[in-house]
This record gives sequence, C-alpha cells and structure tokens, in this order.
Amino acid sequence: MTIAPIAKTILGPIDEIPFGEGRTYAVGPDMIAVFRLRDGSLRAVSAVCPHKGGPLADGQIDNKVVVCPLHLYAWDLSTGCSQSGQPPISVYPVRVDDGHIILGD
Amino acid sequence: MTQRLVVIGNGMAGARTVEEILARNGDFTVTMFGDEPYGNYNRIMLSNLLAGVESEEGIYLNDLAWYQDNGITLNAGVRIERIDRFAKMVYATDGTATPYDKLIIATGSYSWTPPIKNIHNPKRGFHQGVFAFRTLDDTRGMIRYARDHERAVVIGGGLLGLEAARGLQNHLSDVTLLHAMGHLMERQLDEKAGHMLQASVENKLGIKVITNAMTTEILGKDRVTGVKLADGTVIPCDVVVVAAGIRPSTQVAADSGLTVERGIVVDDQMRVQDEDDIYSVGECAQHRGNLYGLVAPLWDQAKVLADHITGRDTEAAYTGSKLSTKLKVAGIDVASMGLIAPETDDDEVIIYNEPKKGVYKQLIIREGALVGAILVGDNSKAASLIQSFDRVQALPEERAELLFDIGGPAGEVKPEDMPDDAQVCNCNGVSKGAICGVVNAGCKTVSGVMDKTRAGKGCGTCKPLVQRIVEWAAGGEAEEDPAASWYVPGVPMPKPELMAAIRKYELKSVSAVFDKLVAGGEHDAKSKMGLASLLKMMWADQYVDERDARFINDRVHGNIQKDGTFSVVPQMKGGVTTPAELKRIAEVAERYNVPMVKLTGGQRIDLLGIPKEQLPAIWADLDIPSGYAYAKSFRTVKTCVGSDFCRFGVGDSTALGIAIEERFQGLEGPGKMKLAVTGCPRNCAEAYVKDLGVVAIDGGKWEIYVGGAAGAHIRKGDLLATVDSAEEVIRLTGRFLQYYRENANWLERTYAWVPRVGIEKIRAVVVDDAEGIAEALDAAIEEAVQAYKDPWKERAVPATPGQFRTSLPLTVLPQVPVRS
Repeated sequence: MTIAPIAKTILGPIDEIPFGEGRTYAVGPDMIAVFRLRDGSLRAVSAVCPHKGGPLADGQIDNKVVVCPLHLYAWDLSTGCSQSGQPPISVYPVRVDDGHIILGD
Repeated sequence: MTQRLVVIGNGMAGARTVEEILARNGDFTVTMFGDEPYGNYNRIMLSNLLAGVESEEGIYLNDLAWYQDNGITLNAGVRIERIDRFAKMVYATDGTATPYDKLIIATGSYSWTPPIKNIHNPKRGFHQGVFAFRTLDDTRGMIRYARDHERAVVIGGGLLGLEAARGLQNHLSDVTLLHAMGHLMERQLDEKAGHMLQASVENKLGIKVITNAMTTEILGKDRVTGVKLADGTVIPCDVVVVAAGIRPSTQVAADSGLTVERGIVVDDQMRVQDEDDIYSVGECAQHRGNLYGLVAPLWDQAKVLADHITGRDTEAAYTGSKLSTKLKVAGIDVASMGLIAPETDDDEVIIYNEPKKGVYKQLIIREGALVGAILVGDNSKAASLIQSFDRVQALPEERAELLFDIGGPAGEVKPEDMPDDAQVCNCNGVSKGAICGVVNAGCKTVSGVMDKTRAGKGCGTCKPLVQRIVEWAAGGEAEEDPAASWYVPGVPMPKPELMAAIRKYELKSVSAVFDKLVAGGEHDAKSKMGLASLLKMMWADQYVDERDARFINDRVHGNIQKDGTFSVVPQMKGGVTTPAELKRIAEVAERYNVPMVKLTGGQRIDLLGIPKEQLPAIWADLDIPSGYAYAKSFRTVKTCVGSDFCRFGVGDSTALGIAIEERFQGLEGPGKMKLAVTGCPRNCAEAYVKDLGVVAIDGGKWEIYVGGAAGAHIRKGDLLATVDSAEEVIRLTGRFLQYYRENANWLERTYAWVPRVGIEKIRAVVVDDAEGIAEALDAAIEEAVQAYKDPWKERAVPATPGQFRTSLPLTVLPQVPVRS
C-alpha cells in the first residue's frame, strides 16, 4: 500500500459529502476523491481509475472498497490495492476537524 | 522412517503414480524397473509419431533428468521376472535382487497376437515385415521398414488399428485394414456408427477396409508377400501391422503367486488382494472386475494409490470409472461413452444420421439421464455430453439441444485446444491464460474467477466458456460457489428467502438489509444496486431511498459514458415526436455544444457527452421527461407505423406502443425491459426479439411474445397469448412484467428468465391465473405505475449536496471521439 504524502489542505465542509458517497476535489495538480463512509469516517484516494480513467468519486462504496462506475473494477479504500488485478491507486491521509475535511497530516 | 518403494513398470501408470507420490512429499526412496530402455513416454502419442506429426522428443513425459532430479533409481531395460512376497524382494533377469518395503506393479499391457500361421519366425520372433504397435521400438521399426515398401495390411479395426493405418499412409501409398468383426470399433460404436466411420475412412482417407476378415496366414518366406483370409482371399502386401488388441501383462504377478484373474486383482485402495504391501495400478490391474485401458481411470487410480501409500488419506478409495472417449480416430471425430445399444424397452434412443457428411449421433437416455452416446464426424457436443454422462445431470427437455447448438454459436470450443493468449471475454479482454493463472493461484470457483478477472462480466455470452476453462484448469471440476444462488453477492440468501426476510423484518432501506441480514452487518458495494431495485419494487412509496445505494446513472438520471460525461435521452414514446419537440432538442443541442446527437436503437434521440454539472440545466431547457436510457428499468416501446400509413399494417401499433410506454414508463426491474409493438408479422419493429413484443395479426388480434432478445444473446420470444384487444395486451403486459419483477434474479433478463421458468408456467400464471395471484400482480403493477415521477424534475433542488458536481478529474481523460 502507498500512502502518498500531501500538504495539509482544508477541502471544505464535511456536509458537502453525503454518507456513502464520494466527491472529487482538486488539490494543486492532483484530483482527489474523498469518500464519507456510512460509519462517518473518511477515505481519500486518487480520483482517476488507473484502468481507463473512470471518475472514482462516482463509484459505489461500502466500508472497504470503491467500485469504479465504468467497468466495475474495485479498489480497497484503505490500502489502494486493486481486488481485480489492476494497478493500485494512491491513498491519502484524511480526517474531519471541526466539521471540515482535512487532507494531509 | 524412509521406506523403500519399488515400482515394476515405467510406463504411463507407473511414472504417474510416482509423480503423485512425490507431489504428496511421500517419504520413499524410489527404484523403478522398466522393460524399455527409455524414460517414460506417452504411448498414446505413438500414433502421432507414426503419422509424422510428432517427434520422439515430443512424446516423453519424463526424461532421464527427471529421475535424477527426484532421486529415483531407474533401471531401464531391466525386466523383473519374480517377486518374493515373503522376503520382500524382486528379482530381475540380469540377476540382481532388490528389496522393497512397498511394491507397485504397473506392468501395463502387451500387444496381443491372434493365432495366424507363419506370423512368427522361429529365429526372430515376428516374421520380418510383421510388427506389433505398442512400443517406441515397434514404431521405430515400422517407420524404418515402411519407408522402403509400398503396401501395408493392418490387422485390427479398433482404435489402435485405425491409428496405425492412418499413420502408415504417411510412409507408403497402399493401406488395407482388416477387421475380424462386422464393423469398426465394435466395442465403442454400434453398427451404424461403425459403418459410417468405415465410409469416412474409405472415402476421405483412401484406406481400404475389409470387415469380417479373419486373417489366417502370412504369406512369403523370407519376406512378407501378402496375407490370406479365411475365405481364401489373398491380399498382397509388404508390411503387416498387428493391432488386434492388448492383454494385461500379469505374468510376473501370476508367477509370483499373486491373485490374478483377467488382471491383477486389487481392492479400492489399489492394493493387491491379500497383500499388505503390494499395489497394482493401470492396465494390468483388475478392479471390481473391470480392466481399464484408458488414461483417465489411470490418473484416478494413481491419485488414490498415492493418497493411501503416503498416508495423506488412508481412506482414499477408487470406486471405478465411467468410460468415455473423445478422439480423432484417423482424423475423424469419434466420441463414445457408456452403452452403445439400448438394454431395456424403456431406454430412449435418439439418433441423428447424415450419411453424406459422415455424421452420426446416437444417445441413450434412461430415466432422464444419459447412459450412452456415440458421435461420429462431429464432436462439437462431446464435452457437454461427457459431463452429463459423468455427473448424471438433468438433461434439457429439448433433447435436440444435446446433439446440436440450437440458436447459439456453433461448435463448442475446447479449453485444451485454445492457445493461452486466446481472448475469452471479448468485452473485458480476458485471455485463457489470465483465467488459468487465477485458477492456479487457488481460486477455483467460476464466480470467483469472474470477479478477479472480470471475464464474463460484460455481455455475459462467454460465461459458459469461462466455466469450461475454470473446470479444465481446476483439473475437471470447479468448486461449487455457495454464492451462486444468492440474489446479490453480499447477502447470503436466494431471492425468495431474501424477500421473505425483508418482509418479516420490514427492512425498507438497503443499509437496513445489510445490518439485519448479513453476519457482522457488513455492507457490500456490489450488492447495493440490486437491493435498491428489489426494495423499491417491494415497498414502492414506503421504500427508504438511500442515494448511495444507487449506481451513478440512477443518482443523476443519465448514462455514464467512457469519458465520465453522460448521455441525455428525452422521452419519445413509441418513437413518435413533433416538429416542435425536434426543434427544441436541436436548439438545446446547439446551445450546449452537444458533441454528438445520435438516434438510438430504441427510436429516440441521444445527446451524448453532457458533463454532469450541466444535466439539470439541459433537462430544464428540454422540458421533456426522461426517456430512461440508464436504469435497470423499462426502456422503450419500439413501434412501426402500423395501420396509419403502412399498406400492410393490420393493427395500430403506434398507438398501442405509446399507450404501453405511457403506462409503464420508468418501471424498475431486475434487468432492462425493452418492448416493441409491430403492426403486422413483417416485424418492422422487431417485436419477436424483445423482452415483450406485440404483433398485430389479421382479424384484429394481437400476439404477445415474451423472453426475446437481439443483443449479446439472440432468442426469439415465446408466444404468451393471442388476444383480441389493445386493453388486453396492456393488462397482460403489466401482469407479465410484475411476475418477472418479483421472480427473476438480479440482472436476469427475460431471455434467461422465461426459459428458466418455462413459458407454460408463465402462461398458466399470467394468462390463466392458475395460481390465483393475477389480481395481486395487477394491483402491484398498478401501485408501481402510480408511483412514477419524472426523475428529471429533480433538477430544481438537488437530492443531495453536490449531486451534480463533477467527478471528472481536471486532467485530460480519454475523449470520446466526435464525428462531424
């Protein structure tokens, strides 16, 4: 697994992301998909599916994986590892602080 | 403690058994004795060697290095003449004595020579020019001799004789096959099939065949000049090959006091009768009265013996094999299994015979199970028949399906014949090699392999092939996946059970289902969409809609495209529009620089390449309801012009199509529902190949077909009913769709569901109300229809924050090509 280092950034209010869904944020040159799990915790991964460039934030999730909406390949949200033989995606540290989404340590 | 294992026989059975023992890390020092001065080779390939399509190197299974690498002492060319079972020693003809703790006898068979005058030369064994066809040396000698001669006679019209005759043609021009019985391969084929094979051998290969030919004498003193038959016929020739059958080699066992009947008698652990430390395996072994001369039983025996002798599974038992063969005999497809003739009056016999093509197929069915089959000239169904035969599977009602691929693609591809890089799944580009890799890595269920490779997850037509490859790679049988019967992969219940539980606990949201019905309450992303569809169908307006349970298409009511944009398809009921609507669509397309405007297969206009964030605005400007080109739902009703303008139309298909579409618009189900109404049997709207298709016929009547398809799968629908009025069509359509919604598996289209349930059953329920549920079905569909809301109205107030926010990365994605 690769946890990519990234500068601390406030992405916005947590309310922007409904439970169980994801939204994409532009952070410098990177596009990062942030998911709010049904248990309330956050996961941040690279927003682009390494298979055919699909928008991962549009994918469906559970508490473990995100499924790309284009061809339904799945990645582990915590490790970035593919469950279907694809290249891994990057994962980023992310947390909620005072109602805001904080990316990076 | 390391034990001494001695193996007499270094052929396919002996070596295979040692391989199996090594694979189980058996603690033995192994000594092997072989009659022939070679490592072990594949005897079956001698035919190919004779035919010149294989080299000697190519037929070795294990070369000498294998013995060395595994610490096996190989005494090649050394014959054992006696076993002392009390002293536990074997004595060889070279005078050596070797002690053993465990002994395996795998002496195989020898070539049987019928009593023929002058076949032996007292000094040389066989008369010069006469050959058996059993060993590598036989084959070498035959090739050497045949090269310098012109005419050959092969004695024996079984598999081996046919192979020999075919192979000899490679070396000389004139081959005659003599068979003592009335037809070729009489052990595997019935008379008709035997004659068919004979005709093919004679006409296609140019081999002369004489049946009922009893050879009595070899003619010629120093060299062969011909053979003489019982009826006095003389056939001139220079070479004679004897392939009249094999007999088990049991001499050494019998001489040593072991129990030998036709073969060496063994029990279910392959242990020789009354012996604790002596085993026998392969063609020389007699198990439960049977001798086996094929490799498949031998492999099974080797495994059991190895399990037992290594202590891996001392209870392992061989219980016998069902014999089936599938071969190219002399270049002609032949397969045979089980009975070759019916035995009782109740045995069903199904025969297909096409003499001109040399095709003959016969099945024998007893109490619904396949107990025998013969195929000549076409082996395309052999694999599936062998499977049915081996596993006693239920047979299709339409028996012809056993013999032919009806409606499906012709010819079943055999996994073993496919190169590793052959593409199996054409949607997701998965090769045979990739599938085998996953199986070899330990995943032996079909669904597991499909998940890992995505093979079979596109259009789905390759699923049967994926299954065959998994079974083949798993060594015969794929493991059962308990999840195969579940409605969705993340909740361990089939649909009826799941629905009962949902009702019992009043589970009205997807997360409630996971929390209540899954151990540990684990949610599963891949199950959400199917559950959402089911819950919505069951609870209608009581359903608690969790947006994350929806696939992206259903969250934003458009169909996601490869570049992350969406397609917008306004409703166009029955394919009918107005100039005003057309104008509006055109103006919107211009205003939003829609990259592509295209007519769909469902008679609508597709605006492709719309960014997610533009969806609400474009819907507002169009001000037309959604055409549902995305969800697992009722899609369109395709129509022809029907009676309005058409010279032939007999029914107003356009009006009826519009009425149906108006009523059922947006209705969700386990799969897409594509309908059509056509105004006459000319079928311009393709109604015969729709989930539900209506065809106007003369006399004001309508035919309703269900379960048709013209996508990845092609199927003509089954006639559900013929009715008198458009109202009746609409009523039965609703009832059928509701019955489908309630009973089909997730993503199971009607073309799979209708044949699975059976059109008779569906007709009984939907048309004749045999189960008394028609009223309930009608009520349920009415409730669903009333619950319809145009999802594009969601544009004013997003259902969730950021519902239409782009998820498109700012980096450039692969763009959908734009045509001008």
